[in-house]
Amino acid sequence: MKSIRRPLNNVYDYFNLVAQAFAGIVKKPYYFSEVLRQMENIGVQSLPIVLLTSTFVGMILAYQSGFAMAVFGAKMYIGTLVSISLVRELGPVLASVVVAGRIGAGTAAEIGSMLVTEQIDALRAMGTDPMKKLVSTRLLAGMIMIPVLVIIADMMGILGGGFIAYATFGLAPPFFKKTVIEALVIEDLVMSILKALFFSILIITLGCYSGLNVEGGTSGVGHATTRAVVLSIVFILITDYFLTVVLLKLLPGLSF
Amino acid sequence: MISLKNISKSFDGSRVLEKLTVEIRTGETFVIMGKSGCGKSVMLKIILRLLIPDEGSIFIDGVDTTNFDEDAMMPFRRKIGMLFQGAALFDSMNVWQNLAFPLFEHTETPEDEIADKIAELLSFVGLDGSQDKMPSELSGGMKKRVALARAMITEPSYVFFDEPTTGLDPVTSGKINDLIIRTRERFGVTSIVVTHDLVSAMKVGTRFAFIDDGKIAFEGTRSELLSSSNPELREFLKDAEWQDRY
Repeated sequence: MKSIRRPLNNVYDYFNLVAQAFAGIVKKPYYFSEVLRQMENIGVQSLPIVLLTSTFVGMILAYQSGFAMAVFGAKMYIGTLVSISLVRELGPVLASVVVAGRIGAGTAAEIGSMLVTEQIDALRAMGTDPMKKLVSTRLLAGMIMIPVLVIIADMMGILGGGFIAYATFGLAPPFFKKTVIEALVIEDLVMSILKALFFSILIITLGCYSGLNVEGGTSGVGHATTRAVVLSIVFILITDYFLTVVLLKLLPGLSF
Repeated sequence: MISLKNISKSFDGSRVLEKLTVEIRTGETFVIMGKSGCGKSVMLKIILRLLIPDEGSIFIDGVDTTNFDEDAMMPFRRKIGMLFQGAALFDSMNVWQNLAFPLFEHTETPEDEIADKIAELLSFVGLDGSQDKMPSELSGGMKKRVALARAMITEPSYVFFDEPTTGLDPVTSGKINDLIIRTRERFGVTSIVVTHDLVSAMKVGTRFAFIDDGKIAFEGTRSELLSSSNPELREFLKDAEWQDRY
């Protein structure tokens, strides 16, 4: 019984944290400068790695699919395959996984260190709500910046795919562009952004939850960091499946 | 005045405080001693409601704060400055920002007034001109002095010192002890000092308590402390006698 109670308590505590974090976004005082600082950390500083990975993912996708499609004489559809795969799935998932590695780990480590060095207690002792100051600000910043990163990742992936389609398979860039524009509908972008929004909530709240529940002093900070990244990646993938199923039903414009 | 009545607190089934009752009078420096892990720091955190007691009541200036939520507790927390064991300075902020933080959070004090106040308090703790330093650039003793300045910036009525000299060399410990005494004299605050450093306790305290087995095993003046026949306290004081000889 005891072994079941603890995970259930953890789940309850996690959803409690998520609810408090959302409540903290709308409740005064507002920490605008802290939100901006976190937007810079989450968004601007993650940009180089997101640009790099998404470009190469687009290139790999075009390269692999190009050879397979060439067998059937269908390499003119590389743009269609690359753009739909990237915007609906690989863009949001891979950019979020990369951000989870950087931001989820960083958040858990920073908040966990603050916990073991009594800085969280110091905040509370000074009459400041750590949930609002540390979690809500990061959540708001993440919900703004991670969807922006995902849109950029989608675009860079398509550009990378276009480069390989031209350089390896000889598809003219205007033709590639035309197939991409014909393949994508506004619902694809909506799906990409909605997924990014859900993933951003997962990355930030799981990072904060892991940091705020560090046990065993400084060595616990390392465990919390690992847990934050692993949980984020696992739940990004699980959530992605359910979001895909639901959004394909809810957004009629999406078709294959 | 702060009083605790029948406070009990357990962690994972292990009882740390058991029906502890104590009263801290206005204007005194009340020193709480006891072995490591006996619940001294827990007691301070219970008063601030950073930890919630399993049973018992807490009164701050006559108000029963036992069941106060975070919002109701805020005005009482602002009456209390706390110097944490590891100083608990915010790593991402410099000294100026650490000190200004409580004022920016809860007051409309103009920035030039805040700057003057910070300069005055840093001068009081002997760290003039260190406004721009980051906590990582400070030694352990300097961090504690900055933390004391931060605790005093909101002009609290009470200051809690959690192991103020732990991990410091004797010279730096002496400076911290002097500061605790000067803080009482200059600002007229009521202080609670939690320590197992007997030299520090004897130097700063006006009244003393000894926690053993989760309860107050002794409470009284310095002379009463030194003449107490409580066997646990006598055992604890053996080290003090050693200190006196050298």
